[in-house]
Amino acid sequence: MTAATAPRTITRKPRTPAERGKSLLWHLCLLAALVVVLYPAFWVVTASIKPNADIITDMSPIPTTITWENFASAFDGLAGVPLWRFFWNSFVIAALSVVGIVVSCSITAYALGRLEFPGRKAMFAVVIATLLLPGQVMLIPQYLIFSELDVVNTIFPLVIGKFLALDAFFVFMYVQFLRGIPRELDQAATIDGAGHFRIFFSIMLPLLRPAIVTSSIFTFIGSWNDFMGPLIYLHEIEKFPLPRLLQSYNNTEAVSNYGGMMAMTLLSLVPVVLFFLVFQKFLIKGIATSGVKG
Amino acid sequence: MSAPPTAAPPAAKAGAAPAKQKKSGAKRRSAISRRGELLTGYTFMTPWIIGSLVFTVGPMLWSLYLSFTDYHLILGGDFIGFDNYTAMFADPMFARAVKVTLLYVVLAVPLKLAASLAVAMLLTQKRRGIGFYRAAFYMPSLIAMSVGMALVWKALFAADGPQDQFMSLFGWEGGGFIGNPDVSILMLVLLSVWTFGAPMVIFMAGLLQVPDELHEAAEVDGAGKWHRFVHITIPMLSPVIFFNVLMETVHAFQMFGPAFIIGGTAGGPAWSTLFYTVRIYALAFVDLRMGYASAWAWMLVLAVGVVTLIMFRAAKNLVYYAGEDNK
Repeated sequence: MTAATAPRTITRKPRTPAERGKSLLWHLCLLAALVVVLYPAFWVVTASIKPNADIITDMSPIPTTITWENFASAFDGLAGVPLWRFFWNSFVIAALSVVGIVVSCSITAYALGRLEFPGRKAMFAVVIATLLLPGQVMLIPQYLIFSELDVVNTIFPLVIGKFLALDAFFVFMYVQFLRGIPRELDQAATIDGAGHFRIFFSIMLPLLRPAIVTSSIFTFIGSWNDFMGPLIYLHEIEKFPLPRLLQSYNNTEAVSNYGGMMAMTLLSLVPVVLFFLVFQKFLIKGIATSGVKG
Repeated sequence: MSAPPTAAPPAAKAGAAPAKQKKSGAKRRSAISRRGELLTGYTFMTPWIIGSLVFTVGPMLWSLYLSFTDYHLILGGDFIGFDNYTAMFADPMFARAVKVTLLYVVLAVPLKLAASLAVAMLLTQKRRGIGFYRAAFYMPSLIAMSVGMALVWKALFAADGPQDQFMSLFGWEGGGFIGNPDVSILMLVLLSVWTFGAPMVIFMAGLLQVPDELHEAAEVDGAGKWHRFVHITIPMLSPVIFFNVLMETVHAFQMFGPAFIIGGTAGGPAWSTLFYTVRIYALAFVDLRMGYASAWAWMLVLAVGVVTLIMFRAAKNLVYYAGEDNK
C-alpha cells in the first residue's frame, strides 16, 4: 500500500499548471451546482422582506424595495393566536419526541444488540420489516384507537410511538452502534459483579453518546417538519404546531398577505437550519458511519 | 412523513459480524447469566412489545379486516368481501393515483440518485473546501419536506413566478408548472431531487472505502476513467447503491406532505399531483370511507412489498460484497 501511494503524495506537492486547472474546474463545477441548489433558500430569505406585490413576480433574489411589514404581520400569527404560541407547540412535541426516542430506543437496542434470549432474532426481524412498511396501512386503525381513548386533539398520538420504540430506523441505528462495542467490556463488568442494568447505565449509555446526539437531532428536525400527524390529530388552532399553522395560513390569509406567509415560512425554517449549522459535523458523520459500517 | 435522511448498512454485512463475536462469548457465559439475559431482555423489550402489538401488528390486522368492510366513520359498516378491491380497479381515481405515484417514483428516484452519486464522486477527491460543499449540499435535505418549503415551491413555480420567467427566456409558453397538468408533477420530482444531499453523504462514505490500490492497479493496466468507474467504482459501491435505491424507492411511494400542500386533496390541477397517499388521506379523513381507504392502503403495502422483493432478488446477482463469497 505504501509503495503504491507514495508516488502520489510526491507528485502532489509541486502543483503543475494542469493540476491547478483541474482544481479550478472542480471548484467551478461545484460552485455552479451550489448556486442552483441554494437558490430556493436564498429566494425565501429575500422574499420575506419584499413587498407583497413583488414576491412572486420578482425572480431576482435581491429585493428592489425592502419592507419589514411582513415580519410584523407574521408575529401576529393567525386568528388571534400569536406566532410564538405555534413555535412553543412545535417545540413541546419535538422535545417530548427526543426524550421518548432516546429512552425507548436505547433500552430496546440494548436488548436486541447485546443480549441473547429466545425470540430476539424474530423481534429484530420485525424491526427491520417495519423499516420498509408503509405507515399508511396502520393510520386508520390507529386513529380509531386514539379516538376510542379520547386523545384525539391532544399531542398524545404524536409522541406515544416515540416512547414505545416504534421508530424502527433509530432502533436499528442504535443496535448497529452497540454491536460495534467490544464484548470484553460487558464480560469484564460481569466478572466485577455488575448486572445488566449496571452495564446498561454505566457502560453502554455513555458509549452510545454519538448515536444519542445524532438521533436526537434527526428526531427534533423530523418532528418539527412532521405534517401528517398534526393534520390528522390536531384540530384546534391553539394546539397547532408550525406546519399546521402554515397550511391554514396558506388556505385563509395567503391571498391577501403573501409576504406574511413567506416571513412565517422563513421563521419556521430557521431553527432547523441553525440546528444543522451547529451540529453539522456530528450529523454527517452519523449518517455516513451508520450508513456504511456493517 | 418526515423520515430522516436514510442510513443503514447492507443487510448481509450486518448479519455476518455479530455472528463471529457470538461464538467466543457464548462459551464463557454461564447458565445463570443466560437466565438473567432472558429476564432483562424481555424487561427491556416491554415498551416495544406493547407498542408493536397495540400500534403496529394490531392495526395492521384491523385494517386488513376493515378493507373487507364498507366501514364509514359515522355510518359504520358491514363485511362486504372483496367488493372494495373490485371497486378499486373500476375507480378512475385509482388509475390516476397509481399513474401519478409511479411516474414520480420512476422519475425522482433515478434522478436524485444520479445527482447524488455524481456530486459524491466530485466530493471524494482530495481538495480544499470539501466540508463546506458537503454541508451546503446536504442542507436542503433537512428542510425540503416541510410545509414551509412546499409553500416556497408553490411560489417558485407559480404563473409569472421565477421558473416561468426563467423558462420564458428560452421560449417556454407552458406557464408556471403549478397550473399546468402536463408538467406539475415535475415540481415534486425537482423537490425530491433537491434533497440529493442525504444519499450523497452515504455514497461518499461508501466511495471512501473503495481501496485506492484497485484504481491504481487498473490505471497501470491502462484502464481509462470510464472503465474504472464501470468496473471498479460501481461494483465496489453496489451494496451502498442497493441500499439507497431500496430506501429511496420505498420512501418515494409514500410521498405525502409536499404533494398535499401543492396539489390539495384533489391532487390538482386535473389530478396531476394526486399521489396515492394523498388519495388515501382524502378517502379516510375527508370522505370518512375508512373501509375503502383501508383497501387502498393494503394495495400500497402489497405494491411496496412486491417491489422490495424484486429488488432483493435482483440484488443477489447484482450486488457485490467485498471479502465474502458472492452469493
